[in-house]
Amino acid sequence: MSKDNPTLIESATFPRHVIAEIQRAAKTGIYDIRGFGAKRDIPTFDDLVFLGASTSRYPLEGYREKCTTEVVLGNRFAKNPIHLKTPVTIAGMSFGSLSAQAKESLGRGATLAGTSTTTGDGGMTPEERGHSKTLIYQYLPSRYGMNPDDLRRADAIEIVLGQGAKPGGGGMLLGQKISPRVAQMRNLPEGIDQRSACRHPDWTGPDDLEIKIQELREITNWEKPIYVKVGATRVFYDVTLAVKAGADVVVVDGMQGGTAATQDVFIEHVGIPTLPAVRMAVEALQEMDMHRKVQLIVSGGIRSGADVAKALALGADAVSIGTAALIALGDQSPEFDDEYKAIGSAAGFWDDYQQGNDPAGITTQDPELAKRLDPILGGRRLANYINVLTLELQTLARACGKSHVHNLEPEDMVALTMEAAAMAGVPLAGTSWIPGKNGM
Amino acid sequence: MATIDLNKSTIRELNEKLQGGSTGDKFIVNNTVGKHALSVGLTKEVDVEINGHVGYYCAGMNQEASIKINGNAGPGLAENMMSGEVRVTGNASQYAAATAHGGLLVIEGDASSRCGISMKGVNIVVGGNIGHMSAFMAQSGSLVVCGDAGDALGDSIYETKIYVRGKVKSLGTDCVEKDMKKEHKEELAKLLDKAQMNYAVDEFKRYGSARKLYNFDIDQVDEY
Repeated sequence: MSKDNPTLIESATFPRHVIAEIQRAAKTGIYDIRGFGAKRDIPTFDDLVFLGASTSRYPLEGYREKCTTEVVLGNRFAKNPIHLKTPVTIAGMSFGSLSAQAKESLGRGATLAGTSTTTGDGGMTPEERGHSKTLIYQYLPSRYGMNPDDLRRADAIEIVLGQGAKPGGGGMLLGQKISPRVAQMRNLPEGIDQRSACRHPDWTGPDDLEIKIQELREITNWEKPIYVKVGATRVFYDVTLAVKAGADVVVVDGMQGGTAATQDVFIEHVGIPTLPAVRMAVEALQEMDMHRKVQLIVSGGIRSGADVAKALALGADAVSIGTAALIALGDQSPEFDDEYKAIGSAAGFWDDYQQGNDPAGITTQDPELAKRLDPILGGRRLANYINVLTLELQTLARACGKSHVHNLEPEDMVALTMEAAAMAGVPLAGTSWIPGKNGM
Repeated sequence: MATIDLNKSTIRELNEKLQGGSTGDKFIVNNTVGKHALSVGLTKEVDVEINGHVGYYCAGMNQEASIKINGNAGPGLAENMMSGEVRVTGNASQYAAATAHGGLLVIEGDASSRCGISMKGVNIVVGGNIGHMSAFMAQSGSLVVCGDAGDALGDSIYETKIYVRGKVKSLGTDCVEKDMKKEHKEELAKLLDKAQMNYAVDEFKRYGSARKLYNFDIDQVDEY
């Protein structure tokens, strides 16, 4: 219903944004391509709350009693597992989709906060390696910039089978973002659209993946932890197969996970939310008696220390942030609102990362725009943000009486909605009912 | 000259020994029985001769080394090779030299499907035939086929040059026949010479990208 004219009723089936999309499609003849992640309303960690300590549990004293946050990742087979001060890591984002300054900021921020950052499609840049104490090297289907020397320079290797924003889909870095340096790193002509493949070129299934992992270990002297990243769909089976193939760490990325560019229909309609994905991954690990032996990293829509705490309470070992990290650097800043408006968007709504004209200078290869991000300041902001997430996580863990954040457990939470109760596998608040459990 | 018997040594021991070799060292590997990930990640100018069939990813990510396989090779032979030379006297399975950035791969027999998929600068010479979807999304480097090519050769190809002596069953999207100019004949002659394949350059045709798909155009959507 319109605020100005109460007799005008907006259709629930055809609200204004749906009408606008039909009109846009009719005008252009092409689907909408954008960045960011799913924007639709789906069950999230917000639908869970913690049961703080009371009569039957006792809490730990804030600022006084220790609640540790250190995490070890990849100690199943690798000689050199990853040691982090906080379970909040930075997700893979490519040089190409992001500016060199943005990649440097991520490295600086992660290093200050005692955590890891991750390369993306297009390979590893020297700036990124230089500024990241702990750097995870993504092994992607396109193999753009894939170099065994970089594999050896990395601290861990993440084999990417999919991502939450587009499980089953590849990517496209549009020509306007292909600077001479990006083109050279990817071994393709400048200015052309670069298609990132949707599946790996040299294997076809989980049995092959096991051999691929063996090859990567042989090339890197069995030193590096091998992560396997999947977009959240058939999570139970995917995690089971990744573990069977020999992964040290499994990364599960829910549908809220961001992307540099893909079709809107893909972002909004493929994959499942992070909330059920965590539970399904943990169930798979527990069934194999591999929970806490193969570590689980969860990503997709992580925004706050509460989200981190809830993911850990459901059984994750760590989380990854991508979109939130970019926002911490300055993405969506009101400072650039006029410029966002000039390109048809607004601060808080900007999602056309593929266009390369990001006013905040983050998702661009335009040298003038990229200069707007000071990597030292950006790194400081990111470190501040990660520190806040970690402090919030500790606050919640102490309230539940936990001396390590990994001691959080599903029993510490209840759900506010039936959907969240069913997806997360925790009781609906005020009941002992978990929909779908015990035939109920 | 060091000989490694895979009946007595593990794959880890083999690769450690080969990776630790010094320039000019020579190694012989016996009793491979189709084992995977043999002779991978080498970085020095060593000579490795492998007697027997090998499994997946033999010579993967090779840098500088010369590796000869007296037998057949499984999938992913010389995948992501950066430099050096790999030669197989028999046939190679799927995705030979996938994503490889440099060096020379010689397959004296036939290569299966997706040979040279996403190749990024490697040169490949196949003495026999190659399977379907070879040079799919191939970016740069050259693929020489002395026999016939299967379906959808060079589909979605970028800047790789393909030379075929025999028949091409079909060309993939955006792959077209191109003129054999002087520089192409010279390049082909050099590659055939290095691969020790005795064919006349004039027997080959060249194929490459029509470059119509380099920037997304909605009017080309029917191509897929």
